[in-house]
Amino acid sequence: MLLPALVLVPLLGALVAYLDRSAERRSLWVVAGALVHLGLVASAWGLRPEPAGFAWLAFAPLGGLVLTLTSVVFLAVALYSVGYQRHEPLRGGRAHASCLLVFLGAATVITLTRHFGLLWVAMEATTLATAPLIYDPADRRSLEAVWKYLVVCSVGIAVALLGIFFLATAQIAGGAATGRPLMLEDLLAAAPLLHPAWLRGSFVFVLIGFGTKMGLAPMHTWLPDAHGEAPSPISALLSGALLNLAFLAILRELAVLRAAGQGGFAGPLLVGFGLFSLAVAAAFMLGQGNYKRMLAYSSVEHMGILAVGAGLAGVAAYGALLHVLGASLAKALLFMVAGNVLLGTGTKRTREVTGLARRLPVSAALLVAGLLAISGSPPFGPFLSELTLLTGAVRAGATGTVVALLTLQALIFISMGGAVLGMVLGPAPAGVLPGPRESRWLTLPPAALLALVLLLGVWLPAGLRQVLAAAAAGIGGAAP
Amino acid sequence: MERLGDALLLLVLLTDLALLVTDRLSASIRLVAVQGVLLGLAPVTVAHAFSLHLAALVLGTVAIKAVVLPRILLWAIREAEVRHERRPSIGLLPSLLLGLVVTSIAFGVAGRLPALPGRTLSLLVPVALSTLMIGFLLLTSRRKALSQVLGYLVLENGIYLFGLTLADRLPLLVEMGVLLDVFVGAFIMGLVVFQIQRELETLDSRELSQLTD
Repeated sequence: MLLPALVLVPLLGALVAYLDRSAERRSLWVVAGALVHLGLVASAWGLRPEPAGFAWLAFAPLGGLVLTLTSVVFLAVALYSVGYQRHEPLRGGRAHASCLLVFLGAATVITLTRHFGLLWVAMEATTLATAPLIYDPADRRSLEAVWKYLVVCSVGIAVALLGIFFLATAQIAGGAATGRPLMLEDLLAAAPLLHPAWLRGSFVFVLIGFGTKMGLAPMHTWLPDAHGEAPSPISALLSGALLNLAFLAILRELAVLRAAGQGGFAGPLLVGFGLFSLAVAAAFMLGQGNYKRMLAYSSVEHMGILAVGAGLAGVAAYGALLHVLGASLAKALLFMVAGNVLLGTGTKRTREVTGLARRLPVSAALLVAGLLAISGSPPFGPFLSELTLLTGAVRAGATGTVVALLTLQALIFISMGGAVLGMVLGPAPAGVLPGPRESRWLTLPPAALLALVLLLGVWLPAGLRQVLAAAAAGIGGAAP
Repeated sequence: MERLGDALLLLVLLTDLALLVTDRLSASIRLVAVQGVLLGLAPVTVAHAFSLHLAALVLGTVAIKAVVLPRILLWAIREAEVRHERRPSIGLLPSLLLGLVVTSIAFGVAGRLPALPGRTLSLLVPVALSTLMIGFLLLTSRRKALSQVLGYLVLENGIYLFGLTLADRLPLLVEMGVLLDVFVGAFIMGLVVFQIQRELETLDSRELSQLTD
């Protein structure tokens, strides 16, 4: 009953929150839903429940890892939103809390489901549940952002559906021995029987389709707009949770390809899209005048790194899975800090923000620490994961990829570092009123995420290492 | 039944091409509704026998694609008082020619694809691919936000047609989920279209180009 409860609790919470008239209480319902959800996830790790619902839902290392991450980021965002809504009204009106919780329910389905069709349905549901959270009727720019988000992502996900149909066709063409249609276990067990041409076509469409949602270039066009225009808690949620879900969907398909001996076809495609994403991110971060868009391009960069790692397989794929954790936590924290900066200064222009160290000291410290974390400096988690990924790449003999990765990341670090230093240092402009005092609701959630990122860098518990190794094994990865 | 099925598919293709030369938005919406009815009937012609699954699929498809969605979109244009697609970035005649090119490519590609297992209509794959590509063409060449929604629906219809080859192998729950997602997606898009109209007093999505780097 644990697995259905994981899905139903957020959905029930969405209903209850919708019926509550007070906005303050609605945001507390979200926190309550997040807490119960995280508690259930923790007990799932302890109990390792049996598959449920005709084996459509199952708890396995890879999905469990992403589910836990999603639940943690969601809780942080829920807490942060409580503080944020005191300064800026939440979007989506009365439905705001419900949309958030429906997103959590759909995300849970994505991480637990073993059926590709259900995976698709839940993925589209996350797009639809988050769209109202981006849109603000009073702001024309948010209208444009939400339009692009809906159209680009819906078309992308439609393409992924075609890919999933191709997968089912590959299965039917392989004969009756391939088992139940679109069930992950059956696909993996009978992978060598799958029709190779349909399978390859399937991977291309799934990669392009879910790659759109994941923010891989050149399908990333919606991402800077949506992340830039959405309220900061929502940007944090999109960046820290939503993108990983799309990555997970691609990994599910990758697992089938690898089991079918088509890894040599899928790997280079992933590496290619990954490197191109890094290049696009590097190009658009140069002289980027809007710090929220800068962070959005940084998400494109990290999704590129994940794709490269998954494509290279071996130790690099293990590194990519570890990187999912560190980069997502760091990204969510950075978007929350960006929200504090926006509330404190009233501008998204990087150049107009100076002297944060004096105006918003806690946020300024978090911003600098977050920058160091996301750019892979020790002692934070992403340092360890990127090192693992690069070691794996060198072992796989992909020297060119390593050089490209390092060069592009150095470029990106220079752009981001310059922008952040300019914001933090310098005198606070005269005549500018000091921003709102940084409330604990606004600083503690990002600080907690920072502590987790730091923890990932200095101490990987043996249990986590085992789970990572088990998850990586399914996608052609190996523990170092 | 197979000949009837192929005839239905030819009609789907004709509605695709008609959409390319239609600039009256209400007429376009009606064409998409007609396509919805055709799609709803298509599973009947490939089915082996009557089943509850089949009935639910037909009813669900017709209700959503042919009745509810077109009504929402007609409401949106009536409230927004727009009638014509003005100056599409590709003219109507060139876009028809492009549509024909795309259709012949689709038939060419479908001929080269490995044969679909089991008994299926001969026109199913080529018409599915043509519909998909024409939907994409509509989506990218039209400027009105509402025409783009229609393009998205046509693209979805193409994918739906391809899905018919799997109709009796996919669980009903998934098919209904897909339908529901498409419905909610188009519903929200319809609302956004309405908002765009109110905000910008135009449905031109080119006006939505403030967000740049």
